[in-house]
Amino acid sequence: MTIPADTAILSRKARSWTLVAGLALVGLHLVVALLTLVWTPFDPTELAGRRLEAPSLLHLAGTDRLGRDLLTQIMIGSRIALTVGTAAVAIGAVLGTTLGLLAAFASNWLDDALAAALDILIAFPTLLIAMLVVAASDGANLSTAILALGLGLSPIVARLARILAKRVLLMDYITAARTSGTSWPAIVRIHVLPNIWPGLSVNLALQFGLAVIAEASLSYLGLGAPPPNASWGRLLQEAQGTVFSAPIGAITPGIALVSLVIGINLLADGLRERNDPARSER
Amino acid sequence: MSALLAIEDLSVEAGGRRLISDLSLAIGPRERVGLIGESGSGKSLTALAVSGLLPRGLLPHGSIRLAGREVIGAAERELNALRGSAVAIVFQEPLTALDPLMTVGRQVAEPLARRAKRDGAPLRGSALASAVLDLLRDVALPDPARLAHAFPHQISGGQRQRVAIAMALACRPALLIADEPTTALDVTTQAEILQLLDRLASERDMALLFIGHDLAVVASAVDRVVVMRQGVAVESGPVATVLAAPSHDYTKGLLQAARHFDDAIGRRL
Amino acid sequence: MSLLDVAQVDFAYGRGRAILSGLSFVVEEGETVGLVGESGSGKTTLLRLALGLQRPSGGTIRFDGAVLDPGDRSSMRQFRRQVQVVFQDPYSSLDPRQKVGAIVAEPLRSLRVSGDHRRMVEQALDAVGLDTGMVDRYPHQFSGGQRQRIAIARAVVCRPRLLLADEAVSALDLSTRLRIVELFKSLGHTMSLLFVSHDIGAVAALCRRVLILEKGRIVEVGDTAQVLSTPQHPYTRRLLDAVPRLAFGETP
Repeated sequence: MTIPADTAILSRKARSWTLVAGLALVGLHLVVALLTLVWTPFDPTELAGRRLEAPSLLHLAGTDRLGRDLLTQIMIGSRIALTVGTAAVAIGAVLGTTLGLLAAFASNWLDDALAAALDILIAFPTLLIAMLVVAASDGANLSTAILALGLGLSPIVARLARILAKRVLLMDYITAARTSGTSWPAIVRIHVLPNIWPGLSVNLALQFGLAVIAEASLSYLGLGAPPPNASWGRLLQEAQGTVFSAPIGAITPGIALVSLVIGINLLADGLRERNDPARSER
Repeated sequence: MSALLAIEDLSVEAGGRRLISDLSLAIGPRERVGLIGESGSGKSLTALAVSGLLPRGLLPHGSIRLAGREVIGAAERELNALRGSAVAIVFQEPLTALDPLMTVGRQVAEPLARRAKRDGAPLRGSALASAVLDLLRDVALPDPARLAHAFPHQISGGQRQRVAIAMALACRPALLIADEPTTALDVTTQAEILQLLDRLASERDMALLFIGHDLAVVASAVDRVVVMRQGVAVESGPVATVLAAPSHDYTKGLLQAARHFDDAIGRRL
Repeated sequence: MSLLDVAQVDFAYGRGRAILSGLSFVVEEGETVGLVGESGSGKTTLLRLALGLQRPSGGTIRFDGAVLDPGDRSSMRQFRRQVQVVFQDPYSSLDPRQKVGAIVAEPLRSLRVSGDHRRMVEQALDAVGLDTGMVDRYPHQFSGGQRQRIAIARAVVCRPRLLLADEAVSALDLSTRLRIVELFKSLGHTMSLLFVSHDIGAVAALCRRVLILEKGRIVEVGDTAQVLSTPQHPYTRRLLDAVPRLAFGETP
């Protein structure tokens, strides 16, 4: 039974809307992040006002408990979040995809062993793995946090890559490639990677969001980027003590975090639709 | 004779395109009708429309009356009642129609229990188990006691299709819709399933709407056929008439293709 | 010397049940042979062995006189140029993320065939009755029958001597099936064809000689017309009885 693909027409408008909204949110964070490289309203370490000032024209998001400008800190937080998310997902993607493909191609017992190992690793929360990695290294800094999160994400990516690759390997076009004399490395490059990418990329975007949150959590726990790096997680932690007297200090980094994560997910959804040749045309 | 199924001027549209245009078709009790068409003819959509299972975005117009009740625009609750008692469908690919994580016995038990509850005579425990075995035996599954504990992937394609038929029968439908029920099967298995459908339809006084693209297969299962092409019924009539003297060019083409293979096999000496 | 020579081939997974036992047959140069078998007959395994994707547990397969050795890379490359395959499902046999041009050209690239690939792809598309302007489109833009033509174009682009067809028309509508059978028939003038199918009508329309495979054994071999008119083995008779016939109102 086949349903004509034209039925997708109805939802396509909604899809392009998610792409636009995602692009707008992520683009905003990206612009802000790039801007902080050349300009911020105040110096992030400058005591620019009184302590815990309410929002005003001078300090649009108020000031923190030391009197530093909050908007400046949140803008820098965008840069840190995007850096950590991109780098951690890149590490997780490369490591995880390699591992997943190895498992998909491995002989039965090796595949079973790898699958079991991945399942055990996935049972540990990403954050916990990341914390262990940070604890095992010399000290908390930005690159340790990135590496830790990347390692923590890789089993999740690996498991998905394994399942997706196994499904692709069952397809007749893989057998056709083999009988056409295509080598295994070329089959991976030409057929497997492009066909697992749609499924994988959506998951990677999801992982990006999780990485941003996990970085905030690490920083919140004091295991992320040390001061004066204004990670949103550290801002949240610092605002904890004054959350009732000056809630703005906790709300703004929270909004920044949520808007970026939602934006990335919308973007991923929209991109998936565009990347699929079977859905983008007609 | 009041029709069991009466389709009048059915059109189905998606995104401004007509997938079915002005289809009219009536099936009386115990009647066997074939819907012949190739991919894109709208034959499977017709089956879905009749059972109220059209996917979102496909808009039906016209009228489909099933056991005297209108299907188009009916609430999901009314449709559920109809699907139980008036109509059931068997699909082409039995593997996707069965839940891979549930044993055959449990899958058949579910509609059986639902039907019994609706009739006011709930079935439970060993009574339900023996009803399941009866049904599995009725669709001629070998060793039903053992098969009831098997999972769908552990049995053959033909056996899976028998299970799917058993599930459809569990509700004692007045009309069974079979959508390409033998297309995924081997020749010898196909012959067995066709025989089974024939026997069950007459034993249970069931009407049959048999959908397929293979003229010879459909013709062997029904008394009357409707030929569809691109959403339009181009020809209809008794099987013998349509096969002997097709009036539409499309039917002639189909018949020619079927004859080509038929003649190639030749006549047994 | 036969083009394909399958001699006393056995196959089983590990110590499992025999899937093929003592299978022997030949395909001569220029011949079109039908192999009729149902699910569980071992026909798919046989094709995998004949394609060098798996080794037989016993016996030998020879192509053009040389024993097929999946481990020998250079001889396999020669072999792949000469033996190609068409599968049943025109949906899973084409990579959805590649354009038609790249799909059809894959054997040329992978087997490092010299010459103008673009022209060879166009010739192959032309040979299967497709418009050569289709190279920039994706598989989903085509119907099942057209997709099967694309798959056939990929199989014939490097001008193989033997084409294997694995239920290549079974998933198609009746009239499309007839057109693809006609296409195979025309290809049969320039290459040998081993047409594996449970569809006796298609085999009968296409093949001069037929083999009947049941549970890993060949139970009957012979001239197609003769086997179909006077079947000797009970399985062949059962198979023929099961085929739905159109003979309405005609007296035998």
